[in-house]
Amino acid sequence: MRILRVLAGRELRDGLRNRWVLAVTLLLAALALALAFVGSAPVGQVGATPLEVVVVSLASLSILLLPLIALLLSFDAIVGESERGTLLLLLAGPVLRWQVVLGKFLGQIAILVVATVLGYGTAAVAVAARSGTPDAEAAGAFATLIGSSVLLGAAFVALGLLVSVLVRERQTAAGAALGLWLVFAVIYDLALLGLLVADAGRHMTPGLLEALLLVNPADTFRLLNLTGFAGVQALSGMAGLAGEVSPSIPVMVSVLLAWTALPLIGATLVFARREP
Amino acid sequence: MAHPVELQGAAKRYGALTALEASSLSLVAGEVLALVGHNGAGKTTLMKLILGLIRPSAGTVRVFGADPAGREGGAIRKRIGFLPESVGFAGAMTGAEVLRFFLALRGEPAVSAGPLLERVGLAHAAGRRVSTYSKGMRQRLGLAQALIGRPAVLLLDEPTTGLDPTLRQTFYDIVADLRGEGCAVLLSSHALAELEHRADRVAILERGRLVAHGRLAELRRAAGLPVRIRVTLPNAAAPIAGLRGLGAEPVGAGMMELRVTNGAKIEMLGRLAGLRPMIEDIEVLPPSLDEVYARLRNGGGEVEP
Repeated sequence: MRILRVLAGRELRDGLRNRWVLAVTLLLAALALALAFVGSAPVGQVGATPLEVVVVSLASLSILLLPLIALLLSFDAIVGESERGTLLLLLAGPVLRWQVVLGKFLGQIAILVVATVLGYGTAAVAVAARSGTPDAEAAGAFATLIGSSVLLGAAFVALGLLVSVLVRERQTAAGAALGLWLVFAVIYDLALLGLLVADAGRHMTPGLLEALLLVNPADTFRLLNLTGFAGVQALSGMAGLAGEVSPSIPVMVSVLLAWTALPLIGATLVFARREP
Repeated sequence: MAHPVELQGAAKRYGALTALEASSLSLVAGEVLALVGHNGAGKTTLMKLILGLIRPSAGTVRVFGADPAGREGGAIRKRIGFLPESVGFAGAMTGAEVLRFFLALRGEPAVSAGPLLERVGLAHAAGRRVSTYSKGMRQRLGLAQALIGRPAVLLLDEPTTGLDPTLRQTFYDIVADLRGEGCAVLLSSHALAELEHRADRVAILERGRLVAHGRLAELRRAAGLPVRIRVTLPNAAAPIAGLRGLGAEPVGAGMMELRVTNGAKIEMLGRLAGLRPMIEDIEVLPPSLDEVYARLRNGGGEVEP
């Protein structure tokens, strides 16, 4: 326990020192504030509260941004230490391999939690200051956004760590991390859309679509945020989809947790076999 | 009593490459064992085996009676201090921060950082970023890190390579202190000559093979190199026929040299004493450690302690 705390604390401190935490927090806050003020104009008649508008905008943004931030945080964790020659000394200490992986994971999650809560929280506070205290449903949607953002980040931190223990060079790890981001955040959705159009409803059942969406953590995150609450659903145009595809919240959370746990376990197993 | 570190027939192969052939060695409490060999001879491999960072392909490695690559690894490594050959630290941290991190990792109080830095002569640079440190300063910091928590086993991989003589002396002084406290020290070097009076035992590795292992005196005997006896003649006189008869060769003006086996040394000295009026001085030169090393590396002698 002490070792996990020390390793995680080191990651968080490094993140604070090299301004990662600051940069990510500012970026998220700036985008969240911009969306909160600019994006609230065209709400019209759909019956969504200002905070729900922010949730929809931020969720769409998070799908692209958080996986990228998480991968950038984590891809270097092991392979970078190995290249700088600091890994040998770390492993020669009283640590076990899984503690190194888990400690770094926890530290990087802490960075994401700080950045997300502060960054997105700023927007929530700003909206509340302007439009009054949000109702319970909107607040719930916002809390879900922050929670699921951290979960989404966790899944991609775990994937980044897996990359970091699998490859031998930083460059390779950076390339692989970027590749993962492209696949999960961009290409997968395009491919799925193409498939839906080409199929024209002949083979694609709602069940299959649901499964395909749950395969990708980024899509699971989207479903979780955009279909979970009525106001948000109406606003995001996901109402039609939500009628057909509606995995329960526990299922979606479990999917995100599995996307975190499996790569993390994989990274631990690979790292345990590695001979520095 | 079992020794803190025991290797029995431990070998390490990477595919077709043999990093270490079956080797049996022990580290004894209160003793310094020097591991001598060229780069790639298997010195670092041996240390990694003791640390449990790699697993032996054959044989066993026992540290404090347990497998260092097993579940006990963390607890075992807590009692081992290690200084790697090229020690790397996160450059953005200060020396004191680096040390506090390793202290925390080992569950030692952060206040120990001061005395440790003092001990390795780095107190003045404690607040400077490690990226500004010289090679010698990084090495000092590495040593400070290895001394955390009074280790029972200390592994130093080429600790003095590239260090100036003063710093080298500091290193050996600290090693001597630890040895006095009962620490089992393993230090590697590629120069045997440096280890005279500093190592209790020496193990010579050549391309992954343990070619010799024993006390320095034993290694000297095992090498079977001749002792040189240098005779100085008075007044730079011409070489003497009587000495020539014993097999002496002139070496420079007024000096002759004999080479005899260690066993024949005393007898030869007796015969030389008989020639006393013609001789001014006699010097006995044992084979240098560099010569012993070169001979043993080439398979000169097998010694088991």
